[in-house]
Amino acid sequence: MDLSYPAEDEEFRAHLREWLAGVLPALPPKPPPEDWPARRTYDLGWQRRLYDAGYAGLHWPVDAGGRGATPTRHLVFLEETERAGAPYVGANFVGLLHAGPTVAAEGNAAQRARWLPPVLRGEEVWCQGFSEPDAGSDLASLRTRARRDGDDYVVSGSKIWTSHAEVADWCELLVRTDPKAPKHRGISWLAMPMDAPGITVRPLRTLAGSAEFAEVFLDEVRVPAANRVGEENDGWRVTMVTLSFERGTAFVGEVVACRRVLGDVAREARENGRWDDVPLRRRLGRLDAEFRALWRLTQWNVSEAERGGVPGVGGSVFKLRYSQVRQELYDVAAEVLGPDGLDLDRQWTADRLSSLSYTIAAGTSQIQRNIVAERILGLPKGR
Amino acid sequence: MDFRLTDDQRALRAGVRELLVRRFGRERLRAAVDPPPETGSDGRAGPPGPAGPRGPAARLDRALWRELGEAGFFALRLPEARGGVGLGLPEAVLAFEEAGRALLPGPLVATHLAAGEVPGAATGECVVAAVDGRLVEWLDEADVVRGDVTEAVALRPVDPLTPLHRVPRAAPGDPVAALLTAAEQLGSAGRTCALAVQHARTREQFGQPVGAFQAVKHLCADMLVRVEMARSAVYAAAVTNDPLDIAAARLLADEAAERGARDCLQVHGGMGFTWESEVHLHLKRAWSRARRGPCAAQAEEALAAGLLTWAERHGA
Ligand SMILES: Cc1cc2nc3c(=O)[nH]c(=O)nc-3n(C[C@H](O)[C@H](O)[C@H](O)COP(=O)(O)OP(=O)(O)OC[C@H]3O[C@@H](n4cnc5c(N)ncnc54)[C@H](O)[C@@H]3O)c2cc1C
Repeated sequence: MDLSYPAEDEEFRAHLREWLAGVLPALPPKPPPEDWPARRTYDLGWQRRLYDAGYAGLHWPVDAGGRGATPTRHLVFLEETERAGAPYVGANFVGLLHAGPTVAAEGNAAQRARWLPPVLRGEEVWCQGFSEPDAGSDLASLRTRARRDGDDYVVSGSKIWTSHAEVADWCELLVRTDPKAPKHRGISWLAMPMDAPGITVRPLRTLAGSAEFAEVFLDEVRVPAANRVGEENDGWRVTMVTLSFERGTAFVGEVVACRRVLGDVAREARENGRWDDVPLRRRLGRLDAEFRALWRLTQWNVSEAERGGVPGVGGSVFKLRYSQVRQELYDVAAEVLGPDGLDLDRQWTADRLSSLSYTIAAGTSQIQRNIVAERILGLPKGR
Repeated sequence: MDFRLTDDQRALRAGVRELLVRRFGRERLRAAVDPPPETGSDGRAGPPGPAGPRGPAARLDRALWRELGEAGFFALRLPEARGGVGLGLPEAVLAFEEAGRALLPGPLVATHLAAGEVPGAATGECVVAAVDGRLVEWLDEADVVRGDVTEAVALRPVDPLTPLHRVPRAAPGDPVAALLTAAEQLGSAGRTCALAVQHARTREQFGQPVGAFQAVKHLCADMLVRVEMARSAVYAAAVTNDPLDIAAARLLADEAAERGARDCLQVHGGMGFTWESEVHLHLKRAWSRARRGPCAAQAEEALAAGLLTWAERHGA
């Protein structure tokens, strides 16, 4: 059991810290969450800076344009960027964390050359078109159809809850290519250009008031068959690769950010007198214990991944607790703020609202519990 | 960074587990809990001793204690130059986790901490008890007692294998004692999770294993999440030996052990409420251990104070 980082990772940390200290103060102010076009520009700008400084796609394989960093070094990167309060991946979320790694792992040479560099350089944004109105948790029951016509697929159907669809250039799209096959067998994974004719994006307003996701209607949209990643009808396997990236590493850095917020909440409590409320103070203490443990669990999972290669189902264990504790953090922040906890101009109030999605997005807590129980504990599948 | 068990640590854990299975397996646990039935005052073969009004006090198995001593359980962290094994806190934590899994009784922590200070403690010749908070475990069986036990009053202990005395003046707990207790809690939590899963896979109702029902499945999944959180926190605290890491580890390990045992009991249905089942022993021991050292409120206060200091130092 070793928690100390190798000297070369510590050296990397020192350089990164220095670079962040230089670049962060000069960053333009963050646009409001409801202004997605402005946020796209902001997030891509940040990605470009990372690229120019050699920090883009740190954990991607070298032949995919990344730096081939070990999971440990990637952890140091996430730890330092979050600790310094650097911008989060934002609109680059899907490209950097799911679609990119999936194309890197499953795509052919032409696909990698076409799609990966623009993600790393901060030029193109991806979105994820998996969920449908009637296929959420039961993703494999999706119905959006793709019919082969010459060199194209002709796609019709609709997707929902598609984050950043309004500002995306590409969509990792799941379609049904064989309606007669058993539901897991007839699915394919396509990269769909979001400017293709026949696509209508209807923004959906979230409970936080912003329009960060959308409904996407597809009416006879032509997608080149060359955009299919993996074999036809083998898309479910490719999807599992995508989901393992999504659940494996996507939330790791946020733990550090949450502990920083918790510290800010403690300071606020001290300033406004709420610190003297014993049960409230004890809740802050317990949350500190939770975030310490979540960070240690992260280090444990990363050490396992460093040996085993893939993130694995341990991500579900982490996500279950993390999503819950994050919500508790902002509940306590609201307690500390008192009446101001109802003021949407306070950052923590908006964050409290967005934290409500954490137990739903990327697989609900109920689904994660099923995964933990069936795949880790080996309990039988229900009928 | 490689936050995983080394091969040596794995071997140590396997060795302790094997020793405990051989010397304090399920039959020994049952024998310790259910001494040979004595004839009760009503003439019938009585229920297990501790269930009676002031049942016979639990006895410590001295031979087992010496065997633990020979195996290095107490001298684990004592330098080799002083006749110890010369290992560190992480190894001690692994050994205590196994002790917790097996529900090994006795003042294990107090004797371990006395190794090198109290003659005979390291080898298991001497049983050492200590005042921890306002309680002393195993006072009557101890050869040496550390702390002031004048006016100690015997309780009728909830855990049949943890005799307890209450003392009027509280003694401050030691962080290492708190950590080793957390390790025992972790072992117990791992065991109750495994017991629940095993039962859920085999017990059938409505024509299928109860583990196929989501309500049961989700109880088990939450048990595992608590175990994994506690495990990471306890192991990390053993590496850093930082008092706040230890406080955090204790909070999570206490929670994993207490709630794990409760949920395990629930998964076992009526069987879970019987003396026969092992589950109640885990729950009662978890309650007893949770009283050792600083209580949850103190740990939370310490963490809150530390958080504030940290935030004021790093804040804008
Ligand atoms: C903020 C946000 C962003 C999102 N972004 C995207 C995106 O970019 N792309 C995308 O494709 N999707 C996205 N999603 C969709 C997300 O993946 C789904 O909402 C999620 O998988 C749940 O599906 P659903 O909404 O259809 O709920 P349902 O599946 O209808 O679930 C309803 C309720 O039933 C429960 N339930 C369902 N099945 C079971 C079961 N087997 N056992 C127990 N309980 C069950 C659920 O836990 C939930 O409580 C996003 C969602 C949110 C909230």
